Amino acid sequence: MESTKRKVVIIDYQLGNLFSVKQACDTVGINAEISSLKKDILDADALILPGVGAFIEAMNNLKKLDLIDAIKDTVNNSTPIFGICLGQQLLFTESEEFGAGNGLDLIPGMIKRFPEELNGKKVKVPQIAWNKIYSSSQEWDKTPLTELQKDEFMYFIHSYYVKPTLNDCILTLTDYDGIEFCSSILDRNLFATQFHPEKSGEKGLSIYRNWAKNYNLI
Amino acid sequence: MLSKRIIPCLDVKDGRTVKGVNFVDLKDAGDPVELAWQYAQQGADELVFLDITATHERRGTTIEMVKSVARQLNIPFTIGGGITTIADAEALLNSGADKISINSAAVRNPKLIEDLAKAFGVQFVVVAVDTKLVDGKNMVHLNGGRLITELETEDWILKAESLGAGEILLTSMDHDGTKNGFDCSLLDKVARSINIPVIASGGAGKVEHFTEVFLETGVDAALAASVFHFGEIPIPYLKSELKKHNIPVRL
Repeated sequence: MESTKRKVVIIDYQLGNLFSVKQACDTVGINAEISSLKKDILDADALILPGVGAFIEAMNNLKKLDLIDAIKDTVNNSTPIFGICLGQQLLFTESEEFGAGNGLDLIPGMIKRFPEELNGKKVKVPQIAWNKIYSSSQEWDKTPLTELQKDEFMYFIHSYYVKPTLNDCILTLTDYDGIEFCSSILDRNLFATQFHPEKSGEKGLSIYRNWAKNYNLI
Repeated sequence: MLSKRIIPCLDVKDGRTVKGVNFVDLKDAGDPVELAWQYAQQGADELVFLDITATHERRGTTIEMVKSVARQLNIPFTIGGGITTIADAEALLNSGADKISINSAAVRNPKLIEDLAKAFGVQFVVVAVDTKLVDGKNMVHLNGGRLITELETEDWILKAESLGAGEILLTSMDHDGTKNGFDCSLLDKVARSINIPVIASGGAGKVEHFTEVFLETGVDAALAASVFHFGEIPIPYLKSELKKHNIPVRL
């Protein structure tokens, strides 16, 4: 039965900490493979889109590798996708970052940068911190967050965040120095986090495990 | 409220921890991976590995170490020491490092900060600064404080920020090793002058020093080595004490 094990492809577009993502998959038993090939993406049972760094460079790399349509088609075909950090941002329509232009546009929304200051108080950018995630309207039962308590600490390292056009997809919110932003989303087959579950200890790994369980990947 | 980070720092030479340690039940005291794991279990928020290997084969050994750390550790970690090129940084990123810390290389070639930030994002680039008071001025030093530069510490930090540093790790050489507490006045000045996170380093000797640095300055994290290695301050105890002072920590 080994050969029937469902395959998850970690999309490699030359940006980001693939090693840690693969490691997290191995730890929870996900059969994951790192690839930048179109055919692997089209054949995958599920996708993981990791990433740290600049939005503009990420989209350029995806374009160079000719992966944009492959990802969009696969996801529109209801294949599950898990976006992490920059990988969450790429799922949205466009970035306000200068010249960055369009994202994958799988969910309507904008990518915004944290402001330099708020109410006359300086805001440190990037946010590099363990910060709390809390619920918006969505319940966490049956989501990848099912094992987490409300106000769980997760590890964040980013300068930009997503602002979805519709609030329905927002799974968690986080407050950074008075700025409340969307820290994870769940919308149909799309799940994504601004924080790094693979860097957030055992609780973070439970997110990988439960995401995979929900789609019978493990 | 954002939690303040507690960061143990491990000095590593040829893939082994060099500072003495006395964790109970530690099978191999020289193995940085095992130590890292113990710290992670105790609630460390992040780890810094400082590679002090001087040999030419350093790159290979460091990469092997980074990989084994990344295999076993599910909290963020930074690698510092001897990173002078984009290729060095890329190899470390691909091996699982979350951030790199550059020090002398940035002073010698400030454009390196800009290039690294462009290639990997500002969040990947920690600029470490060693400072020492000389004739009443805080001056940047290299080689662990042995070599003075012409740069004034606060000016250099502003420049590093403008070039794309994502975080500043500021070590006071005057305080380092004294166990008399952090250099709160300088740390506060620096934390106020820039818009990126600051990690305080140098001088931690007891719990009160951590309380002090978080209550009296705007730093985001505190780094220490020996007080953690020798078990003088257990991290869970430190964090519970910080919490008593209403300092936000991840428990």
